Amino acid sequence: MTFDALTGVLVVPAVAAALLAALPDYRATARLNVAATTLTLIFALSLFFGRPQPGSYLLVDDLNGTFIVLTTFVGFTTSVFSASYIGHELEIGRLTPPFVRFYHAMYQVLMFAMNLALIANNIGLMWVAIELATLTTVLMVGIYRTHEALEAAWKYFILGSVGIALALFGTILVYMAARPVVGEGLDAMVWTVLVKRAGEFDPALLDLAFVFLLLGYGTKVGLAPLHAWLPDAHAEGPTPISAVLSGLLLNVALYALLRFKMLLAVNPAAIAPGPLLVTLGLISLVFAAFMLYRRRDIKRLFAYSSIEHMGIIAFAFGMGGPLANFAGLLHMTMHSLTKSAIFFAVGHITQVKGTQRIADMGGLTETHPMLGWGLILGVVAIAGLPPLGIFMSEFLVVSSTFARAPLLAIILVFGLLVGLAGLFLRLNSIAFGEPRGPAAKAQASYVPMFAHLALVFAAGIYMPAALVAWFQNVAVLLG
Amino acid sequence: MSRIDFDIAHLLAGTLVLISFLELYQDRLYALLNIYALHALTLAASVAWQAFIQDAPHLYVTAAIALVFKAIVIPVSLHRIIVRLGIHREIEKVVGVGPAMIAGMGLVALSMVVMLRVTQSADPLAREDLAFALSVVLLGLLMMVTRRNAVGQVVGFMSLENGLVLAATGAKGMPLVVEISVAFSVLIAFIVIGIFLFRIRERFDTVDVQALDRFRGERR
Repeated sequence: MTFDALTGVLVVPAVAAALLAALPDYRATARLNVAATTLTLIFALSLFFGRPQPGSYLLVDDLNGTFIVLTTFVGFTTSVFSASYIGHELEIGRLTPPFVRFYHAMYQVLMFAMNLALIANNIGLMWVAIELATLTTVLMVGIYRTHEALEAAWKYFILGSVGIALALFGTILVYMAARPVVGEGLDAMVWTVLVKRAGEFDPALLDLAFVFLLLGYGTKVGLAPLHAWLPDAHAEGPTPISAVLSGLLLNVALYALLRFKMLLAVNPAAIAPGPLLVTLGLISLVFAAFMLYRRRDIKRLFAYSSIEHMGIIAFAFGMGGPLANFAGLLHMTMHSLTKSAIFFAVGHITQVKGTQRIADMGGLTETHPMLGWGLILGVVAIAGLPPLGIFMSEFLVVSSTFARAPLLAIILVFGLLVGLAGLFLRLNSIAFGEPRGPAAKAQASYVPMFAHLALVFAAGIYMPAALVAWFQNVAVLLG
Repeated sequence: MSRIDFDIAHLLAGTLVLISFLELYQDRLYALLNIYALHALTLAASVAWQAFIQDAPHLYVTAAIALVFKAIVIPVSLHRIIVRLGIHREIEKVVGVGPAMIAGMGLVALSMVVMLRVTQSADPLAREDLAFALSVVLLGLLMMVTRRNAVGQVVGFMSLENGLVLAATGAKGMPLVVEISVAFSVLIAFIVIGIFLFRIRERFDTVDVQALDRFRGERR
C-alpha cells in the first residue's frame, strides 16, 4: 500500500498517540499535539487536489471530504487552545502530569477514530471507529475524577454503549438485506457497492435497519429524547473536549446517519427517512430551546444549545432537496466553528472565575474585555443574528421550509426565537452588570477563538463562489 | 440444510433467550455472574455450531473468544472485584421480579412479531436466529434499566453484546471484521468498566449507581 494523503490522515494521529503516551514532558507533548493536528490538517487539505480510488475499506468523496476538512481544522485549533488550557489546569493542580500525558494520547486517538469513521467505506469499519471515538471521549470526560465527572462519564458510557449496540444491530440488518443481492462476504458491507444495488434490497429489512441505526447513531448525535448523556458529558469533562464533542463528534455520528439515509433514498419501496429526521430534529430544537432558560451552569447552557442546533441540522437534512441540504451543510459547518469558539471562551472564563456557575460570574466585558466580547460575538453568532454565518444558514432552512411545509416552518421559527431569547437572557448576566468573581488576568490564547469567529463572520458577509459550488455539489449528492 | 442442524441451532439460540430470563430475576451478584458465565458459554456453543453448519472456520475464533474471554475471564475478574470491594451482595432493583418478567415476555413477543414479519424473504435459519438475537438484545436492555447496581448494569450490557454476536454469526458470511470488532469492543468496554468501578470505589465506597444520583442534574 502506497503512502497517500488518505493514509496520512490516519497514520499521523495514530503515531502521535503512541508518541504522546510515551513522552513525559508536558510542554513538549502539548507542542507535539499541535504539530500532529497541523500535519493531519495538511494531509486533509491535500485531499482536495488528488484523491485515491475508493477501496473496500476507505473512501473519499465530496461528502466526507467536507467533513474531514472541518474535523481536522477544528481539531487543529482546539489543540492550540488545549495547550494553554491544560497548562493552567496543571498549574492549579486539577490535573497531574500522568493525566496530561493520558489526555494528549487520547486526544490523538479520538482524532484517529473520527477520521476513520469519516473515510470508512465499510459500514462495519465505520461502526468500529465510532465505538472507538465513544470510548476515548468517555475516558476523557471522566478525567477529573470528581463526583460529577464520574457520574457524567458513567452515564455517557452506558447510554453511548446502548446506542452503539443498537447501531451495530442496524448494521447487521443492512448486511442481511444486502446479502441476497450482493452476495456473501466483504462486498455486502462496502458502502459504494451497497448504494449502487440498494434498489434491489428487501425494503422491509432496510426499514427496520434504519430504525435501529437512527436510534443508535441518533443517541450519539444527541437528538432528543436520546440526549440525556450530552449535557453532563459537556459540563464535566475538560473544556477542549466539550469543544471537540460539540463541534465534531456529533457531526461524525450525523454523517453516519446521512450515509444510511442515502442508502434508503435509493430504494423506492423503503420508508422515507426524511420525516423521521424532521420529527426528531424539531423535538430536539424546541425541547433544547426551552431547556436553555433554567441553566445555572455555563457549559450545560451551551451543551443544550448544541442539542438545539443538531436538531436544526437534522431537520434540514430530513427535509432534503438541494436547498435544504445546502442549508444543513452550511449550518453544520458554521455551528462547529462557532460552538467550538464559544467553548474556547468558556474554557478560559471558567478558569479565571474558578467556577462554572453562571451566578458567580458577571461583568466580563469590564474585567476581561477580550473574553467577554469574544463570548458575546460567539453567542450573537450562535443565536443566529445577522450578519454572521449562522443567520444565513438558518435563514435558508426557514425559507426553504416555508416554501414546502409552512406549518413545520412555524414550529421551527418558534423554537429558534425561544432559543435566542434564552441565550441572551443568560448572556446578559454573564457579560454585563456588576463584575462578580475573581478578576485575575487570564492567560489565554485568543487566536483560535477569534480565528473561528472571523471565519463565521466572513461566511456571513461573503461566501466564495468555489465554496458555494462545492456545497451545492454535495447537497445534490445527499439527495 | 438438514433438519437436525436447524433444530440444534434453534435450541441453542432459544436457550440463550431463556438464560437471559434467568439473569433478569437474580438478586445476588455472585449468582448473576454465574448465570452470565452460562450465558456466554451457550453463546460460544451456538457460535461454534454456526461455524460448523456454515462451514466458516473463522467463526470458531469468535466462539473461542466467547468461551475464554466472556465465559471465564470476565466473570472471574468481576467476581474478584466484588470480593475486593466488599460490596453488598443484594442487588437493588428498580422494579420487582414479576413486572420485569412480564415486560421481558412482552419484549420477546415484540421481537418475534417484528423480525418474523420483516424477514420473510430471508432464509429461515437466519430470520429465526435474528428474532432470538433481538430478544436477547432487548432483554439485556431491560436488565440495564431495572438494575441500580453498576455491576448489574454491566452484566446487562454484556448480555446485550452477546445478543449482537448471535445476530452477527447468524448472518451467513458476514465479514470477520465485525466479529472481531464485537469481541474487541467487549474487551475495551470491560477495561473501561474496570477502571470505572475502581474510581467509583475511590470516591463513594459503593458501586450502587443510585449513590451517584444526587449529583445528577444541575450543580447546587
